[in-house]
Amino acid sequence: MAIAETRLIFKHIDSPGYTIDIDCYIKNGGYTTLRKAITMKTAEIISEVKTSGLRGRGGAGFPTGVKWGFIDPTKNTKPVYLICNADESEPGTFKDRQIIHKDPHQLIEGMIISCFANNVKLAYLYIRGEFPEGAKILERACEEARQKNLLGKNILDTGYDLEIYIHRGAGAYICGEETGLIESLEGKRAYPRIKPPYFPAVLGLYMCPTIVNNVETLCNVIHIVKMGGANFAKLGKPNNTGTRLLCVSGDVVKPGYYEFEVGALTLGQLIYDVCGGIKNGKKLKAIIPGGSSAKVLKAGERYKIKQKQADGTMADVEIALEDIPMDFDTMAAVGSMAGSGGVIVMDETRSMPDCLANISEFYAHESCGQCTPCREGSLWMKKITTRIRDGKATVEDVGVLKNVADNIAGRTICAFGEACSWPVQSFVTKFKEEFETVAGNGAKK
Amino acid sequence: MSCEFKISQEFVKKVDETITHYPVSKRSASLPLLHLWQEEFGYVSNQGVEWIASKLDLQPINVFELVTFYPMFRDKPAGKIQFRVCRTLSCALAGGYELFDHLKKNCQIEGDGHHGPAVSPDGKYSIEFVECLASCGSGPVLMINDDFHENVSNDKANELVKKYG
Ligand SMILES: Cc1cc2nc3c(=O)[nH]c(=O)nc-3n(C[C@H](O)[C@H](O)[C@H](O)COP(=O)(O)O)c2cc1C
Ligand code: SF4
Ligand code: FES
Repeated sequence: MAIAETRLIFKHIDSPGYTIDIDCYIKNGGYTTLRKAITMKTAEIISEVKTSGLRGRGGAGFPTGVKWGFIDPTKNTKPVYLICNADESEPGTFKDRQIIHKDPHQLIEGMIISCFANNVKLAYLYIRGEFPEGAKILERACEEARQKNLLGKNILDTGYDLEIYIHRGAGAYICGEETGLIESLEGKRAYPRIKPPYFPAVLGLYMCPTIVNNVETLCNVIHIVKMGGANFAKLGKPNNTGTRLLCVSGDVVKPGYYEFEVGALTLGQLIYDVCGGIKNGKKLKAIIPGGSSAKVLKAGERYKIKQKQADGTMADVEIALEDIPMDFDTMAAVGSMAGSGGVIVMDETRSMPDCLANISEFYAHESCGQCTPCREGSLWMKKITTRIRDGKATVEDVGVLKNVADNIAGRTICAFGEACSWPVQSFVTKFKEEFETVAGNGAKK
Repeated sequence: MSCEFKISQEFVKKVDETITHYPVSKRSASLPLLHLWQEEFGYVSNQGVEWIASKLDLQPINVFELVTFYPMFRDKPAGKIQFRVCRTLSCALAGGYELFDHLKKNCQIEGDGHHGPAVSPDGKYSIEFVECLASCGSGPVLMINDDFHENVSNDKANELVKKYG
């Protein structure tokens, strides 16, 4: 294998003898970074996070230090809340599951440090309902931390009080969207709120400033405080720092979860070297690179991007699909997104209408229903794609499908609108011929 | 059809403790209380909706609208042994639909089971297609009650059915 993993967050995941109890975590150096953090000034920790360049790992890639910086402690008079987004439900993504089930204290320590830095006294960990075991593990982890005075009142005799509670969702994907999550945590239907004015940093949980971060993001905070923001920023590439947890599924020989420096390897290396190539000696057909909402990439495609040269200048270059480095900026430059790190691989035998029908059924089921373009559009996209898949459509239906998708994005309350239309737009555009051929197949018989 | 469930002191104690997790707003305890109710009684009946509403000083509609919104809550009993099979893309590529059909046949369950459980005539089993369970690299995956199982071939499914009785 050509490229070595850099395991920061997955360091202990699956290592023999490593257990989820606090003693094991402490024996392996756990909670020493918290002890360091509480001797620092809160502004100092936030500044380290800013220096680190860390970008959120939940999907949007928003800089964490900037997010934290929105709340000005000199002006704010309301309590600040922190919520860990452990809703992990973007199809293709299974990284947070590993941390929660196999190294829960890493997440709790990351949360405590992040809460301390932002002067948070009450935090919630919103975990998807389908992780009942994970919720129990985390509850136990919090209890263990309380007993060791790492959580609760007067943490490590600093006078700092913090409570973290585990809150279970109940099977709705839209609870992953941060404002939907907040509504859900307030005991309501998870209807996302409109921004502005309801930016979590301003009017979040209980209308107070609220920080929402992904599981992986919060774990990164430990490593930033431990090694210093500047050292963290040396990992990966400028504006794409640190490591990334990548989840590969679908038609590869070795699907699984891996951790690499951001951009350290290309999509081709990930699929052929790390994951052993396409299953059963088949050829590649398509890849969804960042969770099911990301636009699909087609085998054989070439992309024109701007790339930094050795001498520091920018130049226009053309790269193949296999040569795309796994980082935020290049994934965006080739017209898709790094998203949640979930890479789904489809081989040459797969029917694209079939795959898209599957994805569209997901979105039709998960739309919260507040916005007409999303509610109606996602349903019609499912119906039309299914009809095409079954060969009961007409060639014109392919255009209708694309037209429905084109009229959702940008017209909705939350980014689910984009999330449900991007797959449709990209599949239909890139595999137009296949869709048109399949559409009328049934009618001929 | 709604029977009256007997509410134990122990249950009330658990509920009261849970409410303390939400010092700012009791309403936040709606989902946790619905989970507790469903774990205890198997489904959320009218009685459950009303009991939770009165516990949290809410109108019953505030609780009922959660039961109809969140897929995990149900207003009817499911089977004693509940299969939840992942339907989404990676699992589908790995044989999730075949697993679903196999289990359905094996446990003599009629009905569709797309989002919302289909129950066997004797009430023993129910099956439901659910969306991505966040273990896409080891598909097909399913949950049996609260337990999670991965790489479930038809043979493995047969063993599991035997194991759970
Ligand atoms: C439809 C939708 C679903 C989302 N699902 C998740 C999720 O399951 N987990 C997650 O961490 N973020 C999810 N997000 C992103 C969150 O809204 C939010 O940006 C993120 O939790 C912020 O954390 P980060 O800055 O650490 O990435 C979702 C966003 C949208 C629009
Ligand atoms: S875009 Fe869709 S999911 Fe988001 S608020 Fe509107 S209807 Fe709900
Ligand atoms: S697609 Fe089945 S677990 Fe994600």
